[in-house]
Amino acid sequence: MSIVPVWTLILGAAVFFYVVLDGFDLGIGILYNFAKSRADRQAMMNSIAPIWDGNETWLVLGGLGLLAAFPLAFAIILPAVYFPILVMLLALVFRGVAFEFQFRDAEHRHFWDHAFSIGSAVATFAQGIVLRAFIQGFDVEARQFVGGSFDCFTPFSLFTGFALMCGYALLGACWLILKTEGALGEEARRWARRAFLATFASVGVVSLWTPLIDADIAARWFSFPNILYLSPVPIATALTGFLWWRAVAKKQDLAPFLYAILLFSLAFLGIAIRLFPMIVPHHFSLEQAASDPSTQVFLGLGTLFLLPVIFVYTGWSYWVFRGKVRGDIGYH
Amino acid sequence: MALDPIILSRLQFAWVITWHILLPAFTVGIASYIALLEGLYFFTGKDVYFRISSFWIRIFAIAFGMGVVTGVVMPFQFGTNWSRFSDITANIVSPLLAYEGLTAFTLEAGFLGVLLFGRKLVPQWAHFCSALLVAFGTLLSSFWILSTNSWMQTPAGYRMVDGRFVPVDWMAIIFNPSFPYRLAHTVDAFYVTTGFVVLAVGAWLIRKKTFAAEGRVMLTTTLTLLAVLVPLQILLGDMHGLNTLEYQPAKLAAIEAHWNSEARAPLALFAIPDEKAETNHAVLEVPLLGSLILTHDVNGVVPGLKDFPASDRPPVAVPFFAFRIMVGLGLLMLALVVLGWALHFAGRLFTSDWFLKALMWCGPIGFLAVLAGWTTTEVGRQPWTVYGLLRTSDSVTPSLTGGDVLISLLGYGVVYLVVYPVGVWFMARAIQRGPGDIVVPVGGGRPAAPVKAPPTGAA
Repeated sequence: MSIVPVWTLILGAAVFFYVVLDGFDLGIGILYNFAKSRADRQAMMNSIAPIWDGNETWLVLGGLGLLAAFPLAFAIILPAVYFPILVMLLALVFRGVAFEFQFRDAEHRHFWDHAFSIGSAVATFAQGIVLRAFIQGFDVEARQFVGGSFDCFTPFSLFTGFALMCGYALLGACWLILKTEGALGEEARRWARRAFLATFASVGVVSLWTPLIDADIAARWFSFPNILYLSPVPIATALTGFLWWRAVAKKQDLAPFLYAILLFSLAFLGIAIRLFPMIVPHHFSLEQAASDPSTQVFLGLGTLFLLPVIFVYTGWSYWVFRGKVRGDIGYH
Repeated sequence: MALDPIILSRLQFAWVITWHILLPAFTVGIASYIALLEGLYFFTGKDVYFRISSFWIRIFAIAFGMGVVTGVVMPFQFGTNWSRFSDITANIVSPLLAYEGLTAFTLEAGFLGVLLFGRKLVPQWAHFCSALLVAFGTLLSSFWILSTNSWMQTPAGYRMVDGRFVPVDWMAIIFNPSFPYRLAHTVDAFYVTTGFVVLAVGAWLIRKKTFAAEGRVMLTTTLTLLAVLVPLQILLGDMHGLNTLEYQPAKLAAIEAHWNSEARAPLALFAIPDEKAETNHAVLEVPLLGSLILTHDVNGVVPGLKDFPASDRPPVAVPFFAFRIMVGLGLLMLALVVLGWALHFAGRLFTSDWFLKALMWCGPIGFLAVLAGWTTTEVGRQPWTVYGLLRTSDSVTPSLTGGDVLISLLGYGVVYLVVYPVGVWFMARAIQRGPGDIVVPVGGGRPAAPVKAPPTGAA
């Protein structure tokens, strides 16, 4: 019996956790420069200071999970997105050190503020390009990527980069609604509404654009009876969007963040349906790209044991820093 | 000359790993030191331990943040620049790397927030446990990453199927022949490196007089630890050398710039290796000592580079000199520790200004030794990524052009040259601030009622 389906779920979960967790703290970075005062910025940064590096760990876990479970996909996809990955990593370096540097360096605070906000925005943009390039697929011969290192830059992938920035800004704004109060909390609601509208508009554009350039996907989504099975996804998305808007209007703290996560999971599900069972579109399925069964079992057993443990202590860490951001906790 | 993606990719890997390794060389050691101090504070209740610990936590925070972001870069290098290596070795290497992420990164990240920001929010024992778990996480990280590296140096527990490695025995893979020696040698090196940083800072505090009490505690605790760690390191290095002789003879021959296999071999203290002529110039050597040190037997046979085809030999000059720099620095460290204890017994440790100055100057000595040692083992492993089985030239990503890698190399070059000096400067500033403004709390623990503080976060 193959455990490839198990690994598909684990990897999907790891990537999803990364998108949601680093998504909201990258989103804080994207919104950072819109903040009106020094105090607001500091509160925004303090709201993620204790947890950002745990969130970024999921990027490593996702990358290594791909290498471990589907090494052939890893060896094809990463060279194909060489430059977006480079840009993302360098942007993450800048934004990561900005946490430690900006509050220690009053003289160059503007520089580190920009490093944080631009770094977050650029890293997100690059991830959007990777996402689109991955969905679109690559030039592959035998077991190797044979295209050029700039192939991944297309009008569509640049638009996806922008769309992801809107999406992460939405998550970030919802996190701020949860973690801050007063004027900044109000500001966060305004940001959240704008980001929500921009995200919905871009997802709409992407959804219409994709079938136009890819007949396969058009066939998959719009043929009968598939349209019956798949229509719950867009319907659920619209419903969640409605609930989100109402929760913000009712000034709820936690609900907008949870609905935003639900929106992301529906988009994630839509992409998964689009790709399944391929991991390198048009070339290799999950089964074909899978690592040796011994490797999958050896790592899979440990992972299934360790993930709950990780959830427990990560949850504890979030619990310790629960509640609204306090002036006396974090950088000061 | 056309740009060679192989050379440039190697340069890029060397660049990002060299800068990265400086951070674990410090964070692994300082995390354990902080755990020790937190333990001492927890069990003795003496404020001085609290102040020293809080002081080092500030510096640790900067180093750890830099370590995280430069560490995230590393696994992606395997995919972007070494995709052939990834495809061929993933079945073996990937679980080791993934277990590093699952056991170490998450543990460190999970408890780091509490260690850095949570003192007021959790009971003291929970803060102490967080310090212990962060330290344990850094050690687990060393365990897995060095297991991976050691497997690439001394592969075991595998078979080849369709040109790719497939696991046969996981215990043999993880505990491959060079792993126990490399792990012990490297972790001890990290501890010693940190020890000399703490000595330098302690010496500076004593000379500055403002926080002399803290400085004295740093000096005595650290000299005690180093009295064990430095001699142990020399023993571990010797055992590691014997292991290299057995499993990587070509590397050993390059380290010694030894061309002809021979018994009763001399030890070259200095030489200028000439790879074209397959000989050395300007040689300064001690008879018999080579066989004695390397094989523990004056009649022992030391391998020569000519035993191996020229295409299978590592570069000679780099491992030869790097190894000598490492050993030289190690002996200097031993001398400083011995001297420190001699002064301590004479009752003059804290008053010998020249010795305190020497300690300050030697603060970075461990980093240099770590880099020299790492260079020795990594360059000595060439021309292989998996020793004797997979060549570096067959490991690189085929789709990359020289121009692609040049751009990325320049990107990493510029960013690291901005980030590292700034990071070091901040650490220096945190040290200069001293432990003076650290206030020992009356009682830890989260307040019973949530404090409704406005989010003003006074910076």
